Amino acid sequence: MPTLPQSTPMNSDRRHVLALLAGVAGGAFLGGRPAMALDAAQARALIDTALGEVYAVINSGQQPARMYQQFETIFTRYADVDIIARSALGPPARQISAGQFAAYRQAFQGYIGRKYGKRFREFVGSRIEVNGARPLKSFYAVTSVAYLNGRAPMEVEWHVSDKSGRDLFFNIIIEGVNMLASERAEIAAMLAARRGDVATLTKDLQQAG
Amino acid sequence: MRPSLRRMAIPAAFLIAALAGCASKPVMQDGIRVNDPYEAQNRQIHDFNKAVDARLIGPVSRLASTGGDDAASDTGQPGALDLVINMGSNLSLPGKVVNSLLQGRPGPATRNFFRFAVNSTLGIGGMFDPAGSDFGLPEEDTDFGETLAVWGVPEGAYVELPVLGPSTQRDAVGKVVDLAIDPMWSILQTDRQRALAFGLRAGAKAGDRARFGDTVDSVLRDSADSYAQTRLIYLMHRRHDLGEESSDIDPYADPYADAAAIDPYEQ
Repeated sequence: MPTLPQSTPMNSDRRHVLALLAGVAGGAFLGGRPAMALDAAQARALIDTALGEVYAVINSGQQPARMYQQFETIFTRYADVDIIARSALGPPARQISAGQFAAYRQAFQGYIGRKYGKRFREFVGSRIEVNGARPLKSFYAVTSVAYLNGRAPMEVEWHVSDKSGRDLFFNIIIEGVNMLASERAEIAAMLAARRGDVATLTKDLQQAG
Repeated sequence: MRPSLRRMAIPAAFLIAALAGCASKPVMQDGIRVNDPYEAQNRQIHDFNKAVDARLIGPVSRLASTGGDDAASDTGQPGALDLVINMGSNLSLPGKVVNSLLQGRPGPATRNFFRFAVNSTLGIGGMFDPAGSDFGLPEEDTDFGETLAVWGVPEGAYVELPVLGPSTQRDAVGKVVDLAIDPMWSILQTDRQRALAFGLRAGAKAGDRARFGDTVDSVLRDSADSYAQTRLIYLMHRRHDLGEESSDIDPYADPYADAAAIDPYEQ
């Protein structure tokens, strides 16, 4: 009986220290920010930052191949590549080994960097204004307008989630055209043309885009 | 050349009735609702359209766009292509005014009316766009397909039309009715003027193909299945334009209304 009042504060202290350590570790993982749920301002800030880096590359006037590599790097920094690659592949993603998936994912991010990198070149001299964020389902939708030369302004929406443990975007919707849906269709068609062989798909994705 | 409204109204009414009765089973594909019972025929037309685009429309529009856009970028003045696009889209405005009124939307109808008035006069027959650049009156796009949607007519099946490309049964009917109800046919006096107006409208469509050339090329040439990709992009974009993607009007007619917001974490 007398041991109980003594041991309880000790346990509680230990728990406190563990929680503190976990908090510090979590904060470090999130890039120094305190660990908290995603909000509209953070979702918006993520897209603002990502767009800033994208435009820096667009306006750098480098060789296209070099630019595509940098787009890929930005994509891996701000997008949840894992969930995008998984969602694009669909059910076969559950049937392959972790190593096979990692190889596919790596090829997929290069393909995205090249494919959308080519599109970003049309954005020279343009601007994208981020104008708001709202909660949608379990995530946030960041709304923006793209002003491209000689075209009517386009609505661009970014879907941002913290479900991966970090604040990352996982979908871009341009005038209703949804990147995730489009890539699902594309990867499904590529996979069907290769009789469901993910290894061949991975090999061909290294060149595609 | 001038189709009478009354003569066109009866077949249009039949088409709409047939369309409303055509309820096939839509399936969820790649995160959106797809209703494509005529896929085999559509794919044949798609192959035909791709060949036409590769041999005719693509090369011509590329030629027009290099001619037009180079001039534009050098001098800051609109090129020949821009003039054709401007005149063609200006001529489409009276039809859009009619459709906005049929939809019970006086706002866009009024703005497109003043846009037409300004650009036809100050813009010299629609060659230039002072309404958009100086009066804050950009074009507000609409058509009879949208009018049908507002009236509650279902989208119907996906169809790919020869030369005109992706559409739905509702939008295809809309295109026919748009030709019939266009007040331009009454405003213009002679058949020669009407033929010129029709040519400019067609030219403006081809001009849009040139302007969005790279995007169209990449979808048609680089997709593993360009038919499926075209269908997906058309349906997503059209539903977005009509404000149907998260429609909560009739959950039975549109059970996957919010599917455009894919949540990959929820599986």
